[in-house]
Amino acid sequence: MILQTTINFIVFPLLSLTLVLGFIRLFLGPTLPDRIIAFELISITAAGIIVVSAITTDQAVLLDVASAWAIISFLSVIAFSYYIEKWRGRP
Amino acid sequence: MSEILISVLLVIGSFFMLVAGLGMLRMPDLFLRMSCSTKAATIGVGTLMFALALYFEDLGVATRALATICFIFLTAPVGAHRIGRIAYLVGVRLWEGTIKDELKGVYPTDACLPFGQECLIPDMDATEVGVDIEKGAD
Repeated sequence: MILQTTINFIVFPLLSLTLVLGFIRLFLGPTLPDRIIAFELISITAAGIIVVSAITTDQAVLLDVASAWAIISFLSVIAFSYYIEKWRGRP
Repeated sequence: MSEILISVLLVIGSFFMLVAGLGMLRMPDLFLRMSCSTKAATIGVGTLMFALALYFEDLGVATRALATICFIFLTAPVGAHRIGRIAYLVGVRLWEGTIKDELKGVYPTDACLPFGQECLIPDMDATEVGVDIEKGAD
């Protein structure tokens, strides 16, 4: 009961606010690396939201989804940095 | 009792995530933003996963949560290091209040263009960057 109330009224709003702040930086970011780190923050926050959803829905399977999500987000960051390295001088 | 502990851990984790988001929005510089997001978001996700491991009270779930925590703790610094190094090479400006720039002079000044062209550290907020690059390509 306490857990469900806490999640609904504190945890999900804080995580959603983090998503909104990350999207603001993704929109504002003056350079491409700014946008990449904003994207990284957004994907890590999404992993956190998946973990909290695993608690609310009582489904332990969602933890696997979160771990695969973390792996794919790391790979995408590495791929973006490789792409900029091949493209450098023109950010 | 366990519910209260899990709630406290969840609130702490989401608070750290919020701190990461605030730092991402408010910090003046790419590198400061990156330090904020990497450290605070890693701790936040780690705390959330620890709360999940306490909630399910299952050895398999706890092991997978621990493995994911270890994975995030290992890979977040690697990604941040790579992005930061590439951003420095590409010529992202440091904050004007920066005291120490230890990489200054380490890389040659034409490190940003590989083909022997004149180095153009681009001005990020100028719109003539593309024009300058076109001139340099000629």
